[in-house]
Amino acid sequence: MMNRDINGEGRKLNRGEEEEEEDEDEESGRGRDAWERAYADERSWESLQEDESGLLRPIDNKALHHAQYRRRLRTATTAGIQKGLIRYLYIVIDLSRAAGEMDYKPSRMVVVARQVEAFIREFFDQNPLSQIGLVTLKDGVAQCLTDLGGSPESHIKALMGKLECSGDSSLQNGLDLVHDLLNQIPSYGHREVLILYSALSTCDPGDIMETIQKCKGAKIRCSIVGLSAELYICKYLCQETGGLYSVALDEPHLKELVLEHAPPPPAIAEFAIANLIKMGFPQRAAEGVISICSCHKEAKFGGGYTCPRCKARVCELPTECRICGLTLVSSPHLARSYHHLFPITPFDDVSPSITNIPQKLPKSCFGCQQSLLNPGSLFFSTEIANFQKLD
Amino acid sequence: MSPPVPSKILTDDVSLLMVLIDSNPHFWSSIKPHFSFSKFLSHVLAFLNSILLLNQLNQVVVIATGINSCGYVFDSSSGSVSQRAESLLPKLEEFAENDESLSERDDDSGNGVGSSLLSGSLSMALCYIQRVFRSGPLHPQPRIICLHGSPDGPGQYVAIMNSIFSAQRSMVPIDSCVIGIQHSAFLQQASYITGGVYLKPQQLDGLFQYLATVFATDLHSRNFLQLPKPVGVDFRASCFCHKNTIDMGFICSVCLSIFCKHQKKCSTCGMLPNVCRSIFGQAQTRDPSASQQRK
Repeated sequence: MMNRDINGEGRKLNRGEEEEEEDEDEESGRGRDAWERAYADERSWESLQEDESGLLRPIDNKALHHAQYRRRLRTATTAGIQKGLIRYLYIVIDLSRAAGEMDYKPSRMVVVARQVEAFIREFFDQNPLSQIGLVTLKDGVAQCLTDLGGSPESHIKALMGKLECSGDSSLQNGLDLVHDLLNQIPSYGHREVLILYSALSTCDPGDIMETIQKCKGAKIRCSIVGLSAELYICKYLCQETGGLYSVALDEPHLKELVLEHAPPPPAIAEFAIANLIKMGFPQRAAEGVISICSCHKEAKFGGGYTCPRCKARVCELPTECRICGLTLVSSPHLARSYHHLFPITPFDDVSPSITNIPQKLPKSCFGCQQSLLNPGSLFFSTEIANFQKLD
Repeated sequence: MSPPVPSKILTDDVSLLMVLIDSNPHFWSSIKPHFSFSKFLSHVLAFLNSILLLNQLNQVVVIATGINSCGYVFDSSSGSVSQRAESLLPKLEEFAENDESLSERDDDSGNGVGSSLLSGSLSMALCYIQRVFRSGPLHPQPRIICLHGSPDGPGQYVAIMNSIFSAQRSMVPIDSCVIGIQHSAFLQQASYITGGVYLKPQQLDGLFQYLATVFATDLHSRNFLQLPKPVGVDFRASCFCHKNTIDMGFICSVCLSIFCKHQKKCSTCGMLPNVCRSIFGQAQTRDPSASQQRK
């Protein structure tokens, strides 16, 4: 480190400058540091935008518009369509040599793990009745990291503890393993796989086309998010099974693509047999009660829920009672999924010709009372018969 | 020395309080001998003024909940000088007149007898809070308090639950002070899920004291206080066939409707457009209008 004394002993300052020059020479010889690459290679200044008065815009309105537009399209096309609400999803993470590439900072593996953590939390938030399991592809073999379960913490802890990459990835082994695991789930559940694939090839022991046909026959919907480039075999797999294939350009795009899989996808009717599932609605125990909880096997004070069938205590909902196997949920969890069944009617875009006539518009936004003098973009809702701002 | 940075002024205890006042005339006429709307307003106005006095930067916004509509009646941050809460009275009167004229126009509100539009005012409060969040990195801590008395309208269940989940995600607590005769299951769930306080005062004559001791503190100070704990929040669902609360039931895997007994056909799935009527135990026939393969 250089000596930068404000009182500035001249000799020390000179020496500091010399050291600085030496450092710079060494750096340009060694290659750029990460912080320098952000300016030299990626040109971060090009993504800034100015508004009409020349001031820098803090939020990128175009990206916001585009995201809103895509969201509205999606809700418009899937509004009246049956959705698979009880999902059994396996996340297959590619931990082969290609996952150690550093084009995503600090490495693909770490970025993927971060996005999977965010995805798991969002998934359980939107689908409280569903379950997730984790599978890793490493050294040409597929291994089941965690079994199907409804608690986000256990999955995330298991994933973060096992982040090493080596060897090749085998798509066929992953699909075979997931196929065997998903055979055991009840018939009313929707079977899904989400593969996060970083490699550019797959090393398979047999005919992968057969495996794909097997998965198609087992009604498993496979979706893939690629990190490197588009692969034909991935595209074929997704087309055959009715899933979604997308390739990420950079980290924010990867986040968007992965989170797109959190809300329930349109269901294919024959894939899941409609059934009446027996569920329990436990009451919350009173605050001062001491009992032994069945999940941690230790005495707990207060809180907790009592299974209505076998009266065992569980700590959190939704869960499956460990003693009698009854699925335990609370009515807010079911209500969480009604939002997918009864989506709100999308707002209509107000054409600019109306926004230019100030007399026709009310003075302020109906929802938040912000002044509508410089609207930018306005929406009109037919239900509340009033105008609202874009954001 | 440079002048103090503005962020030092916006301390932890600055709050934005959204107050949702129930102005349902059916409800207020039903409890007339015990408590009147004017007495209620005098307690509430004193409470609002005291909030504004607690901290110079506190903001209060009042939304009135009517039967057919909801509207903003007071915003302490609008206008050049921060106003006293009494200025809401003329706007509230105007709102009540508009609301009543709307109910003369359409008789069938579909809400159930005498329940007010809580879902509408919760949504408006959340819109205002979102706007505050987007106004920049320095903003007061928002919270919502519902002064509610009307019975719960079952038709608003989905909308209220949606507002509760949005509030939970934005980390906005919903406090409830129930003035009516019976407890409100919706508000109990709202306060439990969002981490707010639920209170049903026993003596309505002392309403100001309840408000000032329980609901006046900002979010940061709540960590150090003993506020009323949730007691007996009922999370049981009611079955769609008889509307009884059940603790064990059967759920249709397609539409999540709740039944108390095992039955052959789901009565709800047939009513949803574009959904095959679910016959349990059988694979459904392919209906070209309903199912779609998503590529």
